[in-house]
Parts: sequence; C-alpha cells; structure tokens
Amino acid sequence: MKERFIEGALFLSALFSIFVTLGIIAVLFFETFGFFKEVSIIDFLTDTQWTPLFAEKHFGILPLFTGTFLTTLIAISVALPVGLISAIYLSEYASERIRTVVKPLLEVLAAVPTVVYGYFALLFVTPLLQKVIPDLAGFNALSPGIVMGVMIIPIVSSLSEDAMHAVPMGLREGAYALGATRLQVATRVVVPAAFSGIAASFILGISRAVGETMILAIAAGQQPRLTLNPLVPLETVTAYIVQVSLGDTPTGTIEYKTIFAVGISLFVVTFVLNMISYWLRQKFREVYE
Amino acid sequence: MDRKVFNKWSNRIFYILGLLATLIGLAVLVALLLDVLSDGLGRLGWQFLTSYPSRRPQEAGILSAWVGTVWIMLLTGLLALPVGIMAAIHMEEYGKKNWLTNLIEINIANLAGVPSIIYGLLGLGLFVRAMQLDRSIIAGAATLAILVMPIVIMSAREALRAIPSSIREASYALGATKWQTIWHQVIPAAMPGIMTGIILAMSRAVGETAPLITIGALTYVAFLPTSPISSEFPFFSIQGLFDPFTVLPIQIFNWVSRPQKGFFADAAAGIIVLLMITFAMNGLAVWIRHRHQKKIRW
Repeated sequence: MKERFIEGALFLSALFSIFVTLGIIAVLFFETFGFFKEVSIIDFLTDTQWTPLFAEKHFGILPLFTGTFLTTLIAISVALPVGLISAIYLSEYASERIRTVVKPLLEVLAAVPTVVYGYFALLFVTPLLQKVIPDLAGFNALSPGIVMGVMIIPIVSSLSEDAMHAVPMGLREGAYALGATRLQVATRVVVPAAFSGIAASFILGISRAVGETMILAIAAGQQPRLTLNPLVPLETVTAYIVQVSLGDTPTGTIEYKTIFAVGISLFVVTFVLNMISYWLRQKFREVYE
Repeated sequence: MDRKVFNKWSNRIFYILGLLATLIGLAVLVALLLDVLSDGLGRLGWQFLTSYPSRRPQEAGILSAWVGTVWIMLLTGLLALPVGIMAAIHMEEYGKKNWLTNLIEINIANLAGVPSIIYGLLGLGLFVRAMQLDRSIIAGAATLAILVMPIVIMSAREALRAIPSSIREASYALGATKWQTIWHQVIPAAMPGIMTGIILAMSRAVGETAPLITIGALTYVAFLPTSPISSEFPFFSIQGLFDPFTVLPIQIFNWVSRPQKGFFADAAAGIIVLLMITFAMNGLAVWIRHRHQKKIRW
C-alpha cells in the first residue's frame, strides 16, 4: 500500500516536466491570442518597423528577427569552425594528458554567467574592435556576436568530440593501414562517421545563440532596426523582452502582450532546433553502441 | 608540390591550427578574468559588501544583491531537489519502455534547451500573475527551480545508473522490497552524484539574469528581505519569501547599463564576487565527484 503511494508520487514527479512544457505553451498562447486580437498576424510578420513603445505603434517582428539572425550568424561563424577544429584536435591529435587538462578548463567557459560576457563584450571587445574598425558604434552586433560565439565553442567542441570518440578505432586503423595521415583520417573517416553527432552539436549551438539574452541586451543596444550591418546598434527578440520587462508595463496592455508574442516565436524556433538536434544525437548513438 | 610532402605539411599545419583553436577559448577566459580584475579589484572591499546601491558609484554596494542571491540559490535548490530526484528515480528504477517514458525523456531533453528567458515568461504568467505571488523571492525561486530541473534530473539519473545492479540484487536477496532497496541502498550510494548535480544546478541559478528580469525582479533595492529568524515565537518567519528582491547579476546588469563610467568599476567588482561564487560551487561539485570516485570501488 505504502509502496503504491510512493510509486504514484514518483510517477507524478516524472510527469511534472510534461506539465512544465504544457504550462509554457499555455501561458504563451493565452497572451499571444490576446495580442493577435489587436494586431493582425499579417502586420506582425510583414511590417518592417517595430515600435510598440512609441506613440505611433508598429508591430513588425522582422527587425527583431533580423537582429537575432545577424547576431546568431556572427556567433556561429566563430563557434562552428573553431569548435569543430578544436574537437578534431582533442579527439585525434591531443595526448590523453592534454585532454584531461584542457577539457575541464574549456567547460569553465560555459559556467561563466552570461551577464559577465555582456560586460566583457561592451567594455573590452567593442573598444578593442573600434581600434581596427573606427566606424563601429558603441552598441553593435559584431562584438556581442563574437563573444557569444566564444561562449558556444565548448558546446560545439565537447559534443562533437564525444561523437568522434564514439567512432570505432577499427575504422581509423583501416585508414592508417592504407597510408593516410592523421588529417586525412580525421577529415575523411572520423568526421563523416561522426557526422550526425557533429551536426547535433552545431544545431544545439545555434539554438543557444538564438536564445541568448544578456550579452545582447548589454552590448547590442536596444534599437530595433531592419539591417544586416553588424556595425550599428540593433535589438534582438530576447533583448526586447528584457527591455519591456525593465519598464513598468501594466498587465493587459498591448506592450505587455508583445513580449509573449515574440516569446512564442522564439520558443517555436528553438523547439524545432532542439528536436532536430535530439533526433540526430539518438541516431549516432544507435550506430555505434 | 609532391603529394606526399603536401600531405605531411597540411597535417602539421592542421595540428597547429587545432592547438590554436583550442587555446582561443582559454585565451578569452584569461583576458576576461584579467579585464574584470583590473577594473573591479579597486572597488572590492568591506564597504562594497555591506552597502546598499547608491546614486554615487563610490558609495554603492551589493548588500541587497548578494543577500538576494543567497536566498534565491538556497530556495531554488530546495524546490528543485525533491521533484528532480523523484522524477529521476521513476525514470531509472520504475520506467518501462513505452511511449510515455519516451515522451518524458524527449521532453526533458527539450526543456534543457529552452532559452532561459522563456522560463521567465512562464514565471511571469504563472507565478507572478496567475498565482499572484508578485515579484517575490518565492516567485523567482520557483521560476529558476523549473529552469534547472532538467539539469537535476539528468545528473541524478546518471548517478543512479552508475550504481551496479549487484547492489540491488543483494538487497532483494535479503528480502527487501523495491522501495526499501532504493531508499536504503541505491539513493545513499548515488548521493554524491546527486549532490554534484544539485550544486551545478544551483550555480546555474546564481548566474541567471534574464528570467528574473522578466518576472519583474527589481533593479534598485535598498532593503533586505525579512530575516527568516525572528526574536519572537515561533522564532522563524517565512515573510521574507514574499518580499521583493534583487540578485547579483541583475545589480551588475543595472550598473553596466548606466551611462556614468563610475558604475563600471562597481559592475566589475560585482562580477568578481559573482564569479567567485560560481567557481567555488563548480569546484565543490568537482571535488565531491572526485572524492567519491576515489573512495568507492564496486
């Protein structure tokens, strides 16, 4: 009798995670529904201006989307190549000793709170970049994008390395027996064999960049702008939510509802990315385990 | 160029490239630490830790911020711990392979990747508005507890999985029931691993800024939450749970976003304190794991 009760409580705890997901969807949908009663979905998706906090209101999400797109693009063009090359190095070239020292140190990068990276981007990286690019504004997409990329390197390198590690030694030995160099083994045998795991790490990195908030709220500025110029201030989806939350916006107003409407867009994008990444990871596990 | 020579050189060049790519991250980490230390070390001191925020950068401090951070950290751990461990026990010890277990598994993996600011919106809609907890410590801790739950569950599962089945079988052979086995054998043996997960989850909660800003945590707080210890009967008080609060990362964010340069030093000093807390907790987690690995051999 007592055991049944405990088992029931355990089961409910496991179900709790499902309730959380349903809760997120319910909260986001509820407020977004109210938003679309006042703003047409066509305007939301096609208007090129985002000025909900001004007297003349426009609700086009495109400027926020391009902001997120641009900063994500900058971040992944740093994180993907560096992360992948570093993973190949750690998996195929580095000695066991180097690996045991370097890997935990790289994970420290992931433990640093993002507000610290924001400080670093605004007050260290931006002034540094301004010496090379004089046109760079104090708030811009480039500097937080790069810093975000560095933050994501451990995610990409660690997951990719795990995938490469799972590639059976026999495949490598076969290639070595045919006279291949380490680089050839890495690029023509190990990377293709671990491809789904590497792709999963890339997508997870992208999802992380899309959802990153504080670095951008601090160093990218708060001016929604339809641009792909990395040198000027702009605003991302996440930074907008922070901007509204900092102000005193009463419940029920249209400004209050906008953060849920942009939040649901963010949730959908990252949800799809996470699902693809999960599916890819399951795939590489199946092959070699 | 001879093909053989080309192969040899490209291999060497890639070796150097790989080493550089690995070192970039570490170089940035060192640059970040040096930058923060040089900006903030001068402001760090007893006065900084014991003062409230102020309009004058020289007089400002992080008293309300670090007290808020300690409250949030402990409460988040307390709230996330039971549900997280129970969910992990269900999934590892009781879970049958069916569609529901599968769904829960996929769902937790997905929740781990949901941007933290989305949890802020959930907290705003659910705890702050629907449950009318307002911008209180308990609303913030509940939001963060949900945010770190996937971390707790995943690390607890790993810890449970590491317990060999021979331990369970020996317990069953002595006539113990399934729950007795779990409660008296499996959980104590898995405790170091579970603790590691909890500490990592709490350290994550300490650094989170965006979800707490979203639920409306204040950026300027010149008072402390009601102390949990009171001088009158019954000698403790939960009033503090419902007080407004701020935390270290929010205080840092507030100082970074001010135009006056003087506050940047305050922000840097706050970052030093925040990083010390984060690194200490991560170090503690690593230490517990390491010690445990040394002590027990199955």
